[in-house]
Amino acid sequence: MSIKISDKPYESRVEEGLENDFMRQAVASAQGRFRDGRQAQADELGNWEDWRTLGAEIRTHTIENLDYYLQQLSDNVSKRGGNVFFAQTAEEANAYIQSIIKEKNAKKVVKSKSMVTEEIGLNQALADVGADVVESDLGEWILQLDDDQPSHIVTPALHKNKEQIRKTFAEKRGYTKSDKPEELGLFAREQLRKEFLSADIGITGCNFAVAESGAVTFVTNEGNARMVTSLPDTQITVMGMERIVPTWEELDVLVSLLTRAAVGQKLTSYVTSITGTKLAGESDGPEEYHLVIVDNGRSKILGTEFQSALHCIRCAACINVCPVYRQVGGHAYGSIYPGPIGAVLTPLLDGYEDHKELPYASSLCGACTEVCPVKIPLHEQLIRHRQIIVEQEHKTPVAERAMMKGFAKWASTPAAYKISAAAARPALKPWSKHEKITNGPGPLKNWTNTRNFPAPSKQTFRSWFKERAKGGASK
Amino acid sequence: MTIANRDRFLDNLAANLGRNRRTEGVERPKWSVQPQYDVFAGYSPDQLVDELEKICTVIHTDLKQTNQAELPEILKETITSYGGKQVVAASGNRNKQYGLDVLYDSLAKDGVHVHLWNETKGKENQVVAEKADVGITFSDVTLAESGTVVLFHDQYNGRSISLLPRTYIAIIPKSTIVARMTQATKQIHEAAVAGHDVSSCVSFITGPSNSADIEMKLIVGVHGPVKATYIVVEDA
Repeated sequence: MSIKISDKPYESRVEEGLENDFMRQAVASAQGRFRDGRQAQADELGNWEDWRTLGAEIRTHTIENLDYYLQQLSDNVSKRGGNVFFAQTAEEANAYIQSIIKEKNAKKVVKSKSMVTEEIGLNQALADVGADVVESDLGEWILQLDDDQPSHIVTPALHKNKEQIRKTFAEKRGYTKSDKPEELGLFAREQLRKEFLSADIGITGCNFAVAESGAVTFVTNEGNARMVTSLPDTQITVMGMERIVPTWEELDVLVSLLTRAAVGQKLTSYVTSITGTKLAGESDGPEEYHLVIVDNGRSKILGTEFQSALHCIRCAACINVCPVYRQVGGHAYGSIYPGPIGAVLTPLLDGYEDHKELPYASSLCGACTEVCPVKIPLHEQLIRHRQIIVEQEHKTPVAERAMMKGFAKWASTPAAYKISAAAARPALKPWSKHEKITNGPGPLKNWTNTRNFPAPSKQTFRSWFKERAKGGASK
Repeated sequence: MTIANRDRFLDNLAANLGRNRRTEGVERPKWSVQPQYDVFAGYSPDQLVDELEKICTVIHTDLKQTNQAELPEILKETITSYGGKQVVAASGNRNKQYGLDVLYDSLAKDGVHVHLWNETKGKENQVVAEKADVGITFSDVTLAESGTVVLFHDQYNGRSISLLPRTYIAIIPKSTIVARMTQATKQIHEAAVAGHDVSSCVSFITGPSNSADIEMKLIVGVHGPVKATYIVVEDA
């Protein structure tokens, strides 16, 4: 997989989402839970706006000085016995990790949930060199068994119900018990325990690296990242280059914002910071440590008006309040990053060509901007994307461009305008009802699929204006 | 150890940021607000314990309070309630200081085997921890706001002790309780500035492990412990 998760056109992805009743109900209820949880935490603090201000200041300063902090981080990781590899592209990152797999002759790799490794398509790269990859986050493991894609960045299997999960476990792993979540969870615990203990290499993503000491921090509830970093002898951390804070003091603030904004918890069950290799006398932790720092298109965003998109801490608060995500679900975005932040970030990382519809998957209500814990102006960036798509990229749909061209020609030819304006009402009569068109023909259809179009008025503006000049118009 | 492709990578960042590479002299600005210091500001140790007790009900964790004299008895009771036959515990000075060495020796006659983490035994420690019913460690710093025990793992306190056994018991000296994560990370930051090495692993542990990945229903106990108890001990 890479950042793009579907070859189907946007319209059919949206349609599939709209037709999936279970998924839509699950998304609606999850959004409610997440949103209420976040709001309760914000209310309890009482000064949430100050926290957001601080979060935004920290992210702004860090990204503006990213080269400095990444240098400091890499020096400190190196001092603590770790190797650091800077990867410009997904291919470079994957090739480096493949070389470690081969050198270690590793058979089994156990992973904890990580968006960046999804983004670079690492699992495929690992499979290509013959490694057996096991995802250890419960949601990710379910998706892996089912060969499915994540639909939410915090709860990736949100679109699946427990009966589907029971069936997957039964078919793929011989599970014989009920569809109770506790029993399903216990089964996953037993199955995955064996995998942790027999893995040669552990691979994680990274929530925040700490430049001043070379630590990398993982935020989980299940404890899988602790397993992955404690048991295998070789550990590889893959981090998006912007996932860094200057010191432990800023780590506190951003972790506090992340767990509250993401899941409404003061802290998740486990926040784990590891630094380099294990020290003398320690039995747990890696003997060999690698940190892979990934650019993969991020640096193109630096210095542009979209720079603050790199402030994102992947909490999904914007996704959890988005009315569009609520209706269409995560897969409709066709990107591993769905929702408002996905619609901003995906075209930046992967180009407009395949993702030109995403900036339109928004009602511009601004709820995303309002909840973002680091104050990214998400809906404003979506508008900017739209402007660029129309003005510079010329990537509006062909039909729309043809229509606009036609409109320009027609509206600038007085005779044509006059005749057709008068003819519009009778022509559209068969589709009009109570002065509204609800199921329009031809090019109107795309519009009226989702909303009504007003029927042309009884009197044209020109005839009204003429009458008014004669003093005959009513107003 | 090796650092590969750094200059090419960071030069490109600086170029995109429209300036020369910054390799020194960057200072954190003075942030305009510091709301993290407002939480439980001025609370007494007893008030912090009250807050810790409140949050424990939210994080599915039992909280017990005792003094040093009664700690061994309370601990024994908790081990028994968890059906503990195999126990793995952190080693180090505090066991003696709190009278736990005597307790651990005496448990053998009740059929409870206690393995003290042993830095000379390498992976054998993990094997024992994986089979254990109960893991026991002291808390190094305790966060009242979130109900979190902070562990600075080292050769005496392996990462597995609080992770692999079915249940987990944290002994919390009352003096380790602070308001929130801010005070713990400040301490680590100051140690780093003073040139001390940070632990190879710092764990912030908040109750038992859990997941809501199946239909958003809470499952307590996924990869880590299924149950957790905190025992707060008067140590002043």
